[in-house]
Amino acid sequence: MNSDTHDLIVIGAGPAGISAALTAASCGLKTVLLDEQSRPGGQIYRNITAVPPTIAALLGPDYRHGESLAARLSNSSVELRFGTLVWDVARDLTVTAQQNGRSFQVHAPQLIAATGAMERASPLPGWTLPGVLNAGAAQLAMKSAGSVPAGRVVLAGGGPLLLLVACQLLDAGVTLAGIVETSPAANRWRALRYLPAALGAPAYLAKGLGMLWRLRRAGVPMFSAASALRVEGSDRAQALTFTARGAAHRLDAEVVLLHHGVVPNTQLSRLLRVDHDWDSVQLTWRPRVDGWGETSLAGFRITGDGVSIAGALAAEPAGALAALGAAQALGRLTAPEAERRAAPLRGTLQQQGHIRPFLDTLYRPPEWITDPSDETVVCRCEEVTAGRIREMARLGCQGPNQTKFFSRCGMGPCQGRMCGLTVTQILSSALGKEPEDVGAYRIRAPLKPVPLASIAALSNPIAVDIAETPEPT
Amino acid sequence: MFRPMVLPASEQRRALEIIVEGRRVPAREGETLAAALLNAGVVQFRRTPVSGQPRAPLCLMGVCFDCLVEVDGAQNVQSCMVEVREGMQVRLPDGARHVGDSA
Repeated sequence: MNSDTHDLIVIGAGPAGISAALTAASCGLKTVLLDEQSRPGGQIYRNITAVPPTIAALLGPDYRHGESLAARLSNSSVELRFGTLVWDVARDLTVTAQQNGRSFQVHAPQLIAATGAMERASPLPGWTLPGVLNAGAAQLAMKSAGSVPAGRVVLAGGGPLLLLVACQLLDAGVTLAGIVETSPAANRWRALRYLPAALGAPAYLAKGLGMLWRLRRAGVPMFSAASALRVEGSDRAQALTFTARGAAHRLDAEVVLLHHGVVPNTQLSRLLRVDHDWDSVQLTWRPRVDGWGETSLAGFRITGDGVSIAGALAAEPAGALAALGAAQALGRLTAPEAERRAAPLRGTLQQQGHIRPFLDTLYRPPEWITDPSDETVVCRCEEVTAGRIREMARLGCQGPNQTKFFSRCGMGPCQGRMCGLTVTQILSSALGKEPEDVGAYRIRAPLKPVPLASIAALSNPIAVDIAETPEPT
Repeated sequence: MFRPMVLPASEQRRALEIIVEGRRVPAREGETLAAALLNAGVVQFRRTPVSGQPRAPLCLMGVCFDCLVEVDGAQNVQSCMVEVREGMQVRLPDGARHVGDSA
């Protein structure tokens, strides 16, 4: 496909994508915003336009901040296409997506991916049992359905989200059987040197201390520097067992919520084969971008938590910067004008970044999560264990694409989203090589399974006209 | 495994019914199929094709693919990414399919 349907395509309607689309529209760019969900907000502001007031109040002002973003979006000239699954992007930036069961293509000289983050996998024995969810999933259930876990709940892992979800569940009347923090004790000492910088973001620190105080006051049993976590149960989770301060513990629970931070979702950037760097602090890949979000592929930009985890409030200025870069590349904005508009955005970004080194060091996941025990299933789809990956390393496999070839690890329906980072880290450790030299899965279209009938719709030119009738939301 | 939060009457969404393995299951307009199944006490969403292990949602955000079910005849639908509709027919996958299995 060669002819342009738009000036700019934005994928993802979270804070970065909304901000990018609004900024682009303000520069006069004909912009389309695509998102798989039926409403704007991404995961952080999920369902913000339809959530019952009682639940919005419980989730708090940080969540309700999304209301104004969504309102500005609906009042803008941005073409909105929700319920739209992007399943391929070609090197010439042609985007193939599916809406209402039919695929169609759009093309623009500039493309911004604001595809956000996902929770880091927490591979530990028993984590495939029903009743084990990510902590973020419990929050999404509140946002999207007003549902909370029933019965006794244990939260395990580390990071601000773990504490936030715990507090929100308490407010919703859920019984918390315990919070089991896994961050190694040494993290605290290492994080101390970043505390002065973190004091530049006092609101975050105050919020964190407030959450800890709230949980202690509620009498929730709390354990720190726990290890040897295991979810017990035959057909569903029944208990979490672990070691803390040299003692073995067992907490009975119907629902176990795991969390070890969030990482960029790199499925799209990997599909386009752009350059990535290994972030040895956040222990994840980050696509390499310039100050305007542009990747090593001209015209393809990535912004927000899809580049590096900095949070929702940093995603807005980052998204705007990417849009200014696009407008500049299209000749709609002069370089001095773009710089003038960029300066305050860069200031906000820097301010938002003060807390990160402290948080990233304090909540660096333990080695038994990034390099799990032999018995632990790492590929949930194909049920491949860490031990099997190490065995393949011994047999001569040099990277994740070879272990995938021999074991099907990463070849199931999730297409390596869940196991990719873990396999790279296991191989890095087993082979004594840096993650950059081990590499990552090669990602191919379709990014998610699509029916053949949907693809067949591409051969029908009428499919392109769907653009004129956006789906009601 | 989950339960709906208690909301004032004015905020409650319209009740509807979906059909899960031939059984009527209550749901509420606007919620995802995964949430409706969790609320209805469905513990096991499927058994895996590899070893028959029971699975249920992990991420609820379209990443883990553990919430795959059959919806109105379409297989491998991420139940966390679709909203319930009145009369939606849902089947819970039971391991690998074999040649000769009915559709």
